[in-house]
Amino acid sequence: MRTITYREALREAMREEMLRDERVIVIGEDIDGYGGTYAVTKGLADEFGRERVRDTPLAEEVIVGAAVGAAMAGMRPVAELMTMNFSLLASDQIVNTAAKVRYMFGGQTHVPMVIRMPAGGGAQRGAQHSQTLESWYAHIPGLKVVMPATPYDAKGMLKAAIRDEDPVLLIEHELLYGIKGEVPDEGVDFTVPLNRGEVRREGRDVSLITFSRCVHLCMQAAEELAKEGIEAEVVDMRCIRPIDLDLALDSVKKTNRAVVVEEGWKYYGTGQGFAALIYEYGFDDLDAPIQHVTGVDVPAPYAKNLEKAAFPVRNDIIDAVKRIVPQRVAR
Amino acid sequence: MAISKSDVMLAGLSREQLLDLHATMLLIRRFEEKAGEEYTLGKIGGFLHLYIGQEAVATGAIKPLRPQDVVISSYREHGHALVKGSDPNAVMAELFGRSTGVSKGKGGSMHIFDDQHNFHGGYAIVGAQMPIACGYGLAQKFAGKGDITMTFFGDGAVDEGAFHEAMNLAELWSLPVVFICENNLYSMGNALAKAWSVSSLEPRAAAYGMAYERVDGMDVLAVRDTAIRAIDRARNQSKPTLIEAMTYRFRGHSMADPATYRPKDEVELWRTQRDPIVLFEQKLREAGIDQETLTKADDRAIQIADAAAAFADSSPFPDLSELTQDVMIDPTGAIAWRRPRK
Repeated sequence: MRTITYREALREAMREEMLRDERVIVIGEDIDGYGGTYAVTKGLADEFGRERVRDTPLAEEVIVGAAVGAAMAGMRPVAELMTMNFSLLASDQIVNTAAKVRYMFGGQTHVPMVIRMPAGGGAQRGAQHSQTLESWYAHIPGLKVVMPATPYDAKGMLKAAIRDEDPVLLIEHELLYGIKGEVPDEGVDFTVPLNRGEVRREGRDVSLITFSRCVHLCMQAAEELAKEGIEAEVVDMRCIRPIDLDLALDSVKKTNRAVVVEEGWKYYGTGQGFAALIYEYGFDDLDAPIQHVTGVDVPAPYAKNLEKAAFPVRNDIIDAVKRIVPQRVAR
Repeated sequence: MAISKSDVMLAGLSREQLLDLHATMLLIRRFEEKAGEEYTLGKIGGFLHLYIGQEAVATGAIKPLRPQDVVISSYREHGHALVKGSDPNAVMAELFGRSTGVSKGKGGSMHIFDDQHNFHGGYAIVGAQMPIACGYGLAQKFAGKGDITMTFFGDGAVDEGAFHEAMNLAELWSLPVVFICENNLYSMGNALAKAWSVSSLEPRAAAYGMAYERVDGMDVLAVRDTAIRAIDRARNQSKPTLIEAMTYRFRGHSMADPATYRPKDEVELWRTQRDPIVLFEQKLREAGIDQETLTKADDRAIQIADAAAAFADSSPFPDLSELTQDVMIDPTGAIAWRRPRK
């Protein structure tokens, strides 16, 4: 194992899969000359040529639509959208085409396509460039939606997504591209399943159910809480659809308390989905109401201080834990 | 097919080829009439968009394709599937929502798909099929076998952003795609003049530097000629073409539409003066084909349509286990957690 960035991990995943399978192509805005908005695709066009690594016009619907069609016709396209905010321009092709053609055509076709897209706030990108909309797509039968939090998962999940026979949306948090983590050596084949979460830290007192960048916030919160004798278990759900509900339920069975942590808004979001399922199937294991830490219900503000107030921070998680973990447990 | 000069009757086609075009148009006409009938009887649900009046476009354009070429269409697509080779029984059974339907009864009238005949879908979001067609064209270009994609849409679809994104990409990437706009003058109830800032698609094609041809969509031979040029351009030069076929639907937008927005005399004029089947039969008679042959072809089309309806009606509904099948390849990924229904 060596240590590489999340960005490098994603690039390696595409590179290895392109070497392994000539049906894999990469298309998107500014992925060649510019090297990708977050430099994820840098160097791929030089190595694999501009037939397989294609800059596209700024036309999200045809980027995704063409990826869907190419996938139905036997290729393995990886479409990069510049940000998840722009995916709304392609949402018809994602929701009405990619997710539905297999079913409505009676199983005669399928869509082995990946859409990669950055999401998330915290970098002063303002209201239209800071959203995390995974729950919109995770609502839709026919799609897989995953959000890796570490370089290891970024590589393993992207490799798995490219090999998957179904359409996968891989959502990358913009603030994670530079983080470093251990990843197997280049060329060592591994994948991370697209239907399993992972416990990042074991603990007996409370389960922090989370995903994407909030995994790191929860790890920090857990370290702080440990100083006060509260042992939090950090559950990285990482797969938004399908959900590894067993993992969350097993953790709650052990801790009897849960805090769901996410960056997105409260209503009708991913975290509410997790909480509802835990209530429905794990009610008897709960000793306290599930707490839900989310972003504030406002469009993302630009000003640094306002933005900081709009997204969850470590202390929000600590406060939520303390609301439901009684002092007697904290020994 | 090479034709010796002595066999040629009309437009460089043999008697056999001409009668095939005629029979195909009749098949669509009688199939659609039967479908309309069954809809009013309650055998077909949901939306039913009939192709009556536009038969010459699908017939003339798709007949010159090879079996391995792909056709992608909109929700008014029964005719395109039939010309591409789909079994009328299986298409009608799909309209009836039966397990023997081409899409196993899970798609319905708007979602015909026939992998065996490379008819790759009826899409019911206006314009959405054009980006998909670009993807097929891209894959065909990679495969390098000379296969092409032909996609059909109406005059409403060209106002969607998807059309413009697809046109630009197809020309930019030199994709082997033939775009055919069936301009029937109304996008649902909205007349062309109220929807288009221009009066033809020529300037829109020019905007993307794409080859463009306008053709009388009621003249099957003219459509065929135009399509052959576009198909050749796609197959041999990997270049797209936009064809604007001027046509008219004789029925409403769907069976739910009484089509009161069109002047009665306009509808009457198209039906009596511009019926593509009547016009073609005149030409065939002038070329020496007797009326009895034409009448027999019509009888045959009626028989096929009736048999298709009988087949559909006697077919079983899909098994309830089909409800959760085919959502995804991976069955573990598809269905949300829920307790089984008692």
